[in-house]
Amino acid sequence: MKNSLGIEIPEYIEGIGNLEPFQGAWTKLNKGWMGEQTTPPPVKASQPHFNKMCETLEEAILKCNPHNGMTVSFHHHLRGGDYLLIRTIEILDKLGIKDITLASSSLTTAHDGLVPYLKNGVITKIFSSGIRGKLGEAISYGILKTPVIIHSHGGRVRAIQTGKIRIDLAIIATSAADVEGNATGSHGKSAFGSIGYAMIDAWYAARVVVVSDSMVEYPCVPPSIRQNYVDYVVNIDTIGDASKIASGTTRITKSPLDLRIAQLAAEAIVKSGHFNNGFSFQVGAGGASLAVAKFVRKEMVKQNIKGSFLLGGVTSVLVEMLEEGLFKSIFDVQSFDAAVSSSILNNTYHIEIPSGLYANPYNCGCMTNKLDVVVLGALEIDTDFNVNVMTGNDGTIRGASGGHSDTASGAQLTVVVCPSFRGRIPIVKKEVHNIVTPGESVDVLVTERGICVHPNRPELEARLIEAGLNIRKIEDLAVEVERFTGTPKPLELLDKIVGLIEYRDGTIIDVIKQTKGDLEALYEEFNI
Amino acid sequence: MLYIPGNNPAMLQQGGVYGADAILLDLEDAVALNQKDAARILVRNMLKYVNFYEAEVSVRVNSLSTPFGMADLETIVPIQPDSIRYPKTESAEELAELIRVIEAIEDKHGLPHDKMGIHVMIETALGVQNAFEIAKFSKRVDAITIGGQDLTADMNIESTKDAAGIDFARKRIVMAAKANGIDAIDTVFIDVDDAEGLREDTIYAKKIGFTGKAVINPRQIEIIHDVYQPTDEEIRKSLKIYKAFLKNKKEGIGVFAVDGKMVDKPVMKRAEHILMLVEYDLKSLEIGN
Repeated sequence: MKNSLGIEIPEYIEGIGNLEPFQGAWTKLNKGWMGEQTTPPPVKASQPHFNKMCETLEEAILKCNPHNGMTVSFHHHLRGGDYLLIRTIEILDKLGIKDITLASSSLTTAHDGLVPYLKNGVITKIFSSGIRGKLGEAISYGILKTPVIIHSHGGRVRAIQTGKIRIDLAIIATSAADVEGNATGSHGKSAFGSIGYAMIDAWYAARVVVVSDSMVEYPCVPPSIRQNYVDYVVNIDTIGDASKIASGTTRITKSPLDLRIAQLAAEAIVKSGHFNNGFSFQVGAGGASLAVAKFVRKEMVKQNIKGSFLLGGVTSVLVEMLEEGLFKSIFDVQSFDAAVSSSILNNTYHIEIPSGLYANPYNCGCMTNKLDVVVLGALEIDTDFNVNVMTGNDGTIRGASGGHSDTASGAQLTVVVCPSFRGRIPIVKKEVHNIVTPGESVDVLVTERGICVHPNRPELEARLIEAGLNIRKIEDLAVEVERFTGTPKPLELLDKIVGLIEYRDGTIIDVIKQTKGDLEALYEEFNI
Repeated sequence: MLYIPGNNPAMLQQGGVYGADAILLDLEDAVALNQKDAARILVRNMLKYVNFYEAEVSVRVNSLSTPFGMADLETIVPIQPDSIRYPKTESAEELAELIRVIEAIEDKHGLPHDKMGIHVMIETALGVQNAFEIAKFSKRVDAITIGGQDLTADMNIESTKDAAGIDFARKRIVMAAKANGIDAIDTVFIDVDDAEGLREDTIYAKKIGFTGKAVINPRQIEIIHDVYQPTDEEIRKSLKIYKAFLKNKKEGIGVFAVDGKMVDKPVMKRAEHILMLVEYDLKSLEIGN
């Protein structure tokens, strides 16, 4: 069957079940009341004064009924510095557990070490919002029998609440915890700020283990994870490499190209009609996306504009805007640098939020639905404004869906910023390799070679032209890019589906096909 | 005006995207001696095939006193960029020789003599002394620029952030340009991470009369535009003066007052210049009036 973007989607996949094709960014939500079955959180009980503390992570895992076919979940707030996920899988492997479903809110290059466990059948299924590095390569080359499922941040919460992901064991890394399992990421030697993605795991997992490298006297404040959801607590030496978790202050890019794109994007935002007192704003943490904040800040000061809230992944650049009084509050689902942790701890208006409140489409109004302006990146964007943030130009999995489609769907003005090409690789092109965010939810594309407005927004296009910005047809831009880069040869892909890209509502927006990579060579790298 | 090394294809192809008013493809100091041929060919091809959008395009060739100058001109002149920038110009005679060579190449290719301009660079003490004669020598010279780094070397003084050593030279070059009605473009500010220093230097350059400033990094463009962009107050005042001028012109009055201050022809011309800088539609005012 084909979805509404014309992409062939299988009706059924062994190990996953029936698939529902994507029908449009808001089509499914139009019903209002979602008729899908919901899974209630588990009911638990414990004796008065029961001691939750375990000597080791092994002991805690053994108490949590490890079994073949179990689903184990993690959060990705430790980013590239995470030690805990691999350590847990090592323990489960030693216990002889097989056929694990890994449900991590995202996976980074810190998880390259999972490759051997995919090969030997310890892990056979993966849910994640992002996959990168060697793990991405291995999956792209067909290491798993069952396709991985890529969800958005909001989509993950929906999947847990509707029972698509049923977590048997949640291992929750925290930077400070008490003996009852009240825990946070906002202080301690490995502080990482908001723990927003892990809250749903704590609420819905059959067993919850809080792990921390900094035990504090009861009660741990703020209790981002609360004790009534936590089965066991483990104190370990270190949850990860603090320098890779959140270090110092995020610096705005010095790349002239990124800065130029950011400057143009800020001009487009300022002239869009959405740049008013009380507006809400979200930017990504990398490259041109974060740099937009710098230019928007300058205009806010100049025009004396005061915003309402900042949302999403938070860096110190945004914290400074809060402290300057440019925005009233920050809703923080993920923090990117050390400076943010202290802000969460000390500023009442820097509010830590769970990922369901952030972006889950299946509730009465997530924060992304209240967003005015969002700035997002892209690995590729096609002439229908469909965006790929998941697979590279060689077809390999190397990115993250994250909150891309969630925020694009909710924001009044979705601005995608990217260079029109990188090196010899076209970014703006006729057709993208995979679609994560449908073009209908993207309003503006800003590149160094001009700004393109989605045809659904003629009034916006007219406003930007009136403001004197360089507006051009996306088809013309793609032609110009091709003059620089030449036309890339079509990718040779195999028939096997190695990944399913879920839209935030659970429908399938695209499939990832196996690429012609050499798994044996990859195994050699791991000596397996 | 953004300098781009002529041997860097990635930077050359992006030359037009940064919003610089002009870009300068450099075959001279930015290119190592063993890269001169490659850079010349690359710049020629880039000029032919790359769209630099609104930016005025200038090519800095090597001096005719080097082994590369003649080959540079023979390769670049036939493509007729907006201008040729000629380094280390010291005298009107030297300029005469350059123009003779350029026009011979243009004749050979059947090209007119009035399309491509010449930017002369003053980078030696002798050049500074001769600036007026150089600027005056030919109608093809449409801008005169100062090269601060080479000039301090020639004067055997330290290049300092406050540019004290070349202050006289800057002002003399501005005067030479103004006296001949051409543009004066200031030297580069080399510390690309010192945004405040660049701003101060640009404010000074604007104050003493430079019409623009060269940059070595696209990140510097925004600050220069910021400084040269007329302020809202300047635009408002200019608009008021220009409207009053149109009204008085109708009535045949040449000198009049706006907000109690006398407005004569020079004041009006400056107001007109500011409105043109911000691309104000002056004709619409006439119709409205």
